[in-house]
Amino acid sequence: MLSEVTGNAQPIAIRAEHLTREIGGRAIVRDMSFEVGRGELLAIVGPSGSGKSSLLRLINRLDEPTSGTVYLDGQDYREIAPRELRCRAGMVMQRAFLFPGTVASNVRFGPLQRGERLSDDDVEKLLAQVDLAGFGARTVERLSGGEAQRVSIARSLANRPEVLLMDEPTSALDEELARQVEQVILDVLRSRELTCLFVTHNRTQARRIADRVLTVVAGAAVGIGKPEELVDA
Amino acid sequence: MLEAVFHDPIALGVAQAAVAAVVAIGVVLFARSRGINLVGDLLISMARGISQIVVVGLILAVLLKWPWWTSPALLIVMIAAAGKTSSRRAKQFPGALPVSLYAIGLGAGATIAVMTASGVIEHTAASLVPIGSMLIASAMNANALAFDRFRSEVESHVGEIEAALALGAATHVTVSPYSQGALRAALIPPVDNLRSLGIVWIPGMMAGMVLSGTSPLYASIYQFVVLAMIFVSASLTCMISTHLMQRRAFTSAEQLVPELSASKP
Repeated sequence: MLSEVTGNAQPIAIRAEHLTREIGGRAIVRDMSFEVGRGELLAIVGPSGSGKSSLLRLINRLDEPTSGTVYLDGQDYREIAPRELRCRAGMVMQRAFLFPGTVASNVRFGPLQRGERLSDDDVEKLLAQVDLAGFGARTVERLSGGEAQRVSIARSLANRPEVLLMDEPTSALDEELARQVEQVILDVLRSRELTCLFVTHNRTQARRIADRVLTVVAGAAVGIGKPEELVDA
Repeated sequence: MLEAVFHDPIALGVAQAAVAAVVAIGVVLFARSRGINLVGDLLISMARGISQIVVVGLILAVLLKWPWWTSPALLIVMIAAAGKTSSRRAKQFPGALPVSLYAIGLGAGATIAVMTASGVIEHTAASLVPIGSMLIASAMNANALAFDRFRSEVESHVGEIEAALALGAATHVTVSPYSQGALRAALIPPVDNLRSLGIVWIPGMMAGMVLSGTSPLYASIYQFVVLAMIFVSASLTCMISTHLMQRRAFTSAEQLVPELSASKP
């Protein structure tokens, strides 16, 4: 029986129950159950192809689980309209995948889908949170990799998510840029008290940023614990 | 030269077909010597083509003696065959066959019905079947192009589409640039045909009308009418098919179908 709270006695933001996804008879996510407390940063580590990104895609419901489910703030996510779920559990992907146009139009994209147009002030505040104040009018083609990734974070934040799902958001960047973006992410998470599931193959990064670490191997969760308990493979 | 030897029109036709086939085989043999082997494809295509068109010729010969309202039955069979052919281009796109059948049936069907009702197409089998078949064929080609383009655009923009989905966008919003691109690409041939009419080419139908004694001026105007109908048929078909493709590309949970998504089997 899963407990109602995490080890830190925080209210539960995300609870995965027996989450499984099979493709062609092969389990890419296998019977995963875990909880993430509100405001907690859970790093998900494991080797390439172990199912880390697939797990995030299931939680954002970009893919459908073969069995099992996810509870978002106590509600079975199958009862939540997919579009609402994806706003509440925002996802930042490994690549920014910005839409053609300006930085501001990208930041406005999510709220605009619900008929809400962010003011210039709102856009500027979001950009300032990711250290890109004054970038609103810039076209996305003129951004560096690190800037593009920070825009994609601001774009997700514009939906006011309860949970951020981050799929190796710094892995496509060089070391210096990765550390800058990582710091921006940590600042945003702390200032907004956001819950975060952060996929990384970098164990050093997981130790540095996470409250707890979930280790995934061959689609299965093989351990969850404090970052200092994480051993190098 | 052949007319001097063959006086019977059927025998003349067979001789002309034989000459055309020999020349085509010569071309593919030359291509084979350059490392491009099309011999098998060509022989099968020629065998299919000649047998299909001869069967249609025989059916037409019978239909011409029947009342005009029997022609729609043949056109429905043509739409079914066009849907099947067109859907093959879509490879594993979910529901390609029903999408093609609906789109070609409604697009080409509505064009034929409106043009026949308004008198642009005569109420005779001799008009309905050949002109209807042209409209169906253009719808089939345009639909196949739209499928091909839409699928390749979606497959090469899965990241952008899923990024938009992950931001709470409606499914049709995430793929609308690609369905619009597919529609534009599919309509390039009929638009170019209209644009270059008379300058780059004189279509076979107009040539046939002139050869059979129709006034060249009327033949040219009617050829424009036919090409305009072809454009309408192809446009309607592609508008319907791209709309249906948008819907079929996603599951009820607003996920890209596995055949198109980043996590495809």
